[in-house]
Amino acid sequence: MKFITAIIKPFKLDEVKEALSAVGIEGMTVTEVKGYGRQKGHTEIYRGSEYTVDFLPKVKIEIAVTDDLVGKAVEAITKSAKTGKIGDGKIFVLPLEEVIRIRTDERGESAV
Amino acid sequence: MKSLLNLIRFRLGLVALLFVTGTVWAQTPAATPAAPPTAEERIAALEAYINNADPVKGPLVGVAGPGHNAWMMTSAALVLFMTLPGLALFYGGLVRKKNVLSVLAQCLGITGLVTIMWWAFGYSFVFGKSFNSPFLGGTEFLFLKGVTSAPNTDYAYWVSQNVFSMYQMMFAIITPALIVGAVAERMKFSAILLFVAIWMIVVYFPLAHMVWGATGYMNGVWNADAAIKAIDFAGGTVVHMSSGWSALVLCIILGPRLGFGKEKMAPHSMVLCMVGTGMLWVGWYGFNAGSAVAADGVAANAFMTTTMAAAVAAFTWGMIEKIFRGHASILGFCSGAVAGLVVITPAAGFVDTTGAMVIGVLAGAVPYLACTKMKAIFGYDDALDTFGVHAVGGTLGALLTGFLVAKDVNGNLTAAVATKNGLAKLVTDGGLWLEQVKAIGLTLVLSLVATVVIAYLVKALIGLRPTPEAESQGLDITDHQEEGYIN
Repeated sequence: MKFITAIIKPFKLDEVKEALSAVGIEGMTVTEVKGYGRQKGHTEIYRGSEYTVDFLPKVKIEIAVTDDLVGKAVEAITKSAKTGKIGDGKIFVLPLEEVIRIRTDERGESAV
Repeated sequence: MKSLLNLIRFRLGLVALLFVTGTVWAQTPAATPAAPPTAEERIAALEAYINNADPVKGPLVGVAGPGHNAWMMTSAALVLFMTLPGLALFYGGLVRKKNVLSVLAQCLGITGLVTIMWWAFGYSFVFGKSFNSPFLGGTEFLFLKGVTSAPNTDYAYWVSQNVFSMYQMMFAIITPALIVGAVAERMKFSAILLFVAIWMIVVYFPLAHMVWGATGYMNGVWNADAAIKAIDFAGGTVVHMSSGWSALVLCIILGPRLGFGKEKMAPHSMVLCMVGTGMLWVGWYGFNAGSAVAADGVAANAFMTTTMAAAVAAFTWGMIEKIFRGHASILGFCSGAVAGLVVITPAAGFVDTTGAMVIGVLAGAVPYLACTKMKAIFGYDDALDTFGVHAVGGTLGALLTGFLVAKDVNGNLTAAVATKNGLAKLVTDGGLWLEQVKAIGLTLVLSLVATVVIAYLVKALIGLRPTPEAESQGLDITDHQEEGYIN
């Protein structure tokens, strides 16, 4: 089992969600976040006063997947979130020790 | 028949009694009531009402005209709307989140304080004339004594004096509220109130009398003995120059905000700022068109010039940004609209459409340079650009009025008073601009010198600034124990 965290451009959320459900990913957690990478921030000017805004709004998607779906999930996110321009985001894949479904107490892959 | 005879007998008896009781009584024409007004006199009075002229005599003397009164009550409400909530939101949106309430509180506090001062002596000092002084009014209207629904014909033939007084009070409220913009986010609430209380007495009341009082020093339109034959329709000098230049001095004495130039001090809500701007613009129709103190042709002209100048200046400012910076900003459009309204203020009832268009373009360009370039060069922290917009715009407007004046739009420019004091000649032959420069100079000196003295006085008495700790936490919590936004 793997835990996938993807940081994407906010306007790509719908496409990513559709691509993930197309490969059989049934749930996700979405958070509005702020951050920066190579894209850095942007400049705002108010009547001549310039302010650098370091953090840009992004969307963070978190999903838990069974081992056989990891490749497909990563591919789905990469394809659907890509614009080819700087600031498209990143995907982090982490090992996942245990998953528990609270309602039924199921554990492991069947709980994913 | 018998009762009539009795009545005649009674009257004869009364007349006899009057003769007996003494000469003073005997002279009163008790037996011969005043002749009823003739039909011609009654028509003449109605014509005077339509033309906003003096009814001279007849049944309408001392009676307010419903149309003019209605417009002036509407205008008074519109000018209050400029401060509450127009200016409060315009400024409130431009400060950081932690200080939004402090700006609203300052506007509310000033409204109450100035109202009390206006009632006690402000109105009398501005519009009275018992001092027979060009610099201050008089004592006849202290505590608004005698300010009733009957018109004060020194200022308006058809507007109730109580309405006129409330209308003028709204100007007295917004003027010190404008100063708040320059010192936002770093001046104690108590210090602002004390400063405003003294400033009203030393600067505003005398200046408003000089410009608008019947015996005023630089009231070219209404005072036949005016030393400076200047014109200021709705307050370019009284409202915008006085507040703007005082704001500059006060913000320099106060010093910059903590972290100025290092921390991000961007506006916390451009949405509130835009909402406030729209309210200011709408309210300004009461400010400018209302300054005709009648629902007449002069008001109609002011309504049109106000619209032109505001729209053109907003567009000009926005387009300058688009061309030279690449983006037209909301703050740019808002600043341009307010600048246009400021610059047209002294001119609204004295210039025609062409003048208004010229004013619109210059109002979009000159204050833009003041806010974006001059401030950066000199480095003073005029937090919300009260100086850049109101002082620079007000001065520009007072000067431009001298050049762009159009005598055909306002009969008062060539009426008897203006002919007597020489204003009519200046308007017709040119040269009014020099009188305007004199008025600008006097306003500048009074505002600058008085503000230096008052600011140091308040500093010595109670201090101007909150502690650095309170300032960085935000004045909403430290000065008012409230928060603008929960969550």
